[in-house]
Amino acid sequence: MSNHVLRPLFVVAVLVFLGLLARHFIVPKDFGIGRTGYMYGWHRKSNVEDWKAVKVKYRTAEYCKDCHSDKIDLIMTSPHAIINCENCHGPAVDHPDDPPKLPIDRSRELCLRCHFPLPYPTSGRGKIRGINPELHNPGQACSTCHNPHKPELSIQ
Amino acid sequence: MVHGEAWTLKELFVYPNEYIYWSVQIVMYPFMTGLVAGAFVLSSLYHVFGIKQLKDMARFSLVFSFALLLVAPVPLQLHLQQPLRGINVFMTPHFTSAIAAFGIVFSTYAAIVASELWFVYRRYFIETVLSLRGKADKGFFEKIRQGIFSLLTLGSYDVSEKALKADEKAVKILAGVGIPVACFLHGYAGFIFGSVKANALWMTPLMPVIFIMSAIVSGIALCMLTYIAVMEIRKFLVSSRRQALSRPQAREELKGAEIQVISITAKYLLLFLVFAISLELLDLVFRGYTAVKSWDVLRSVIYGRDFFDIFILQYGVGNLVPLMLFLVPGLTIKRAVVGTLLVLFGVFMMRWNVVIGGQSFSLTFAGYMHYHLPIVPHNLETFKEGLGGALTVAAMPFFLFWIMNKIFPVFGYNK
Amino acid sequence: MITRRDFLKYTLKGAAGLAVPVAALEIAAPGKLFAGKYDPSGVRWVFLVDTLKCVGCGLCVKACKLENEIPYDANVTRTWVERYVLTKDGRVSADTPKGARDGFLTEKVELGQGKYRDIKKEEIEKAFFVPKLCNQCQNPPCVQVCPVGATYQTPDGVVLIDRKWCIGCGYCIMACPYGVRFFHPVYHVAEKCNFCYHRITKGMNTACVDACPFGARKIGNMKDPNDPVAKIIASERVGVLKEEYGTKPQVYYIGLSKEVR
Repeated sequence: MSNHVLRPLFVVAVLVFLGLLARHFIVPKDFGIGRTGYMYGWHRKSNVEDWKAVKVKYRTAEYCKDCHSDKIDLIMTSPHAIINCENCHGPAVDHPDDPPKLPIDRSRELCLRCHFPLPYPTSGRGKIRGINPELHNPGQACSTCHNPHKPELSIQ
Repeated sequence: MVHGEAWTLKELFVYPNEYIYWSVQIVMYPFMTGLVAGAFVLSSLYHVFGIKQLKDMARFSLVFSFALLLVAPVPLQLHLQQPLRGINVFMTPHFTSAIAAFGIVFSTYAAIVASELWFVYRRYFIETVLSLRGKADKGFFEKIRQGIFSLLTLGSYDVSEKALKADEKAVKILAGVGIPVACFLHGYAGFIFGSVKANALWMTPLMPVIFIMSAIVSGIALCMLTYIAVMEIRKFLVSSRRQALSRPQAREELKGAEIQVISITAKYLLLFLVFAISLELLDLVFRGYTAVKSWDVLRSVIYGRDFFDIFILQYGVGNLVPLMLFLVPGLTIKRAVVGTLLVLFGVFMMRWNVVIGGQSFSLTFAGYMHYHLPIVPHNLETFKEGLGGALTVAAMPFFLFWIMNKIFPVFGYNK
Repeated sequence: MITRRDFLKYTLKGAAGLAVPVAALEIAAPGKLFAGKYDPSGVRWVFLVDTLKCVGCGLCVKACKLENEIPYDANVTRTWVERYVLTKDGRVSADTPKGARDGFLTEKVELGQGKYRDIKKEEIEKAFFVPKLCNQCQNPPCVQVCPVGATYQTPDGVVLIDRKWCIGCGYCIMACPYGVRFFHPVYHVAEKCNFCYHRITKGMNTACVDACPFGARKIGNMKDPNDPVAKIIASERVGVLKEEYGTKPQVYYIGLSKEVR
């Protein structure tokens, strides 16, 4: 066979080499097969640390109790004891440094998440006392009459 | 706005994160790869199986196949959320994914077609360079032209009898190897869909085979259509020039599209069309007969919501009508044009009904999603994944073919 | 509670970590501090959802979106709550308006495109809520189909997404039978629940578990025989979603019903 026949193959070989060279520079050094194998574990290993380093925003009552133990002690005596502080006060993040003040959600909609009456017999929702938001003091913030940390009216 | 929200309408119970994530570009992608594979198979019918009647068509469809090939990855690129990272598919391929293997298969195939083109046009490159070299006062463009063609010769100027024989043999081998690779390439596109077990409409082992058959159908149809168009335009240009100069022309130049070429090609088109329809119907019958969990929602989509798209547009207008047109004896050029256009439309609708149809019902099997193709774009996303993007992709191969015809002249060059 | 304390000890063992509260560690780059100490080989994270306890308040969805920086008003979410209402005529109506980010503030069931089905109290046969999140499958089809290795399973069983390497092809979104994946509206890469990986690897609960007032959500370690969640999964009657896909989902449900999709 004439010597020209293999020339396209040389071109391909050069292109493959250039591709491998590019790969050497572009692919992160820690890219490889993890402990879960090639099918499920082919990844850039430092990405696991990236995810671990995500900032925690919801710090739980453990974080709040150092300064706001009075509020926590109060709510612990009420049926609302099961509700975590940050559900209504918003995520603490680095409060009081950042943000210095937490935006409290006082909307009726927040309370209605549980107290809108849904008569569902096979769900816990049916057992929660509800109000009809159109008839029960419409337009008023619930906290006008009910202390969220101690919601029974008689006690307030 | 969330990706997909602009063109998705949800109905009944749909999971909150479900949208039509794969839109018109993913319809274009298998449509374009299908055309590539089909055009190549058509050219190989001459080179490998020596079907002499296809000689005129062979070189044409090879060049066209290459033009289509370069466009095939464009729709994929356009639909990526991170288009600049598309190269990652080559950098860290994850071969358990059908898309990763596409990179390798596609590159291999591109290398085969490019090499075949080189062998077919090698002599022409050399002759061009030699004639340009001989010229005394070259213009700027001629110098560039000489540079390009010198590069294309890859440094070999051997046009001896023996070398040309070797060329022919290489073309034959490459065309032979190319057929399975072309089928593999497009079978792969089918596998991308057929292997998604989460999608009740897509998941079937028949999907790759159905895709290959309809690919060949669409590729042949497009080559026939473009062949007719090019030949007729040439005839028109030549005759109008002749009238202007009132000078007699050689009979060769006056030739329009040849009905013999068209009717023999149409026979192959028919063969593959029948295969494609049979397999698609088999799939449909099988789904209805076995009626697994997903059948209720699939039936409501196939026989209800998408009935017009599937049975009227795809099977009726796109399959049955052209089948009749080609079967009736005494095929004419005009009839072939209408037939091929309808076949292309039918294959496009098949891709549409697979890609969009597969996303028109929710994973809950209790809700639906409607795709509203963005016609007037209001941002880059709705252009890319709307009518504008689809038409851009559809026009690109013709533009590329026009450019490539300057390097690989399809007509008027004979060995 | 015991698990959490045990787990904290376990993760912080060896170093000064024991004495330092979590808040102090935060400041000193937690990623680096925990890198050498959290050993994933003794852990297989699993989740337990008690649908009998869920009341559909959606506080979990709200907490998740804020904790994981999913734009609050974008119509995608890492976790959501579904409502199923079966009426006496045998019809099932289900919805999840905005993923129940704001809970369910009407008895009308959403049908999409601004339509609702009004269901009277007397018509209801049964009705309940089902929280959904990523199943962190043992055989995750989303990972199998990723063409570039931008999503993967960690040795402790959580499926993560590499935001720097994902090309945004959407194949993983298509491959997930549970519809938990979506494109992040800001980063434009695939996104999904990862069991709050930054929290659980610090000995904390996920944000949704902490936010749930009713104890409907719990996270545990299947490899720890003393883990209460692992004990429940091992000894009580629990179900999983869409078992037929062979994905081996690792979110277990108490009180599943045939209507659940």
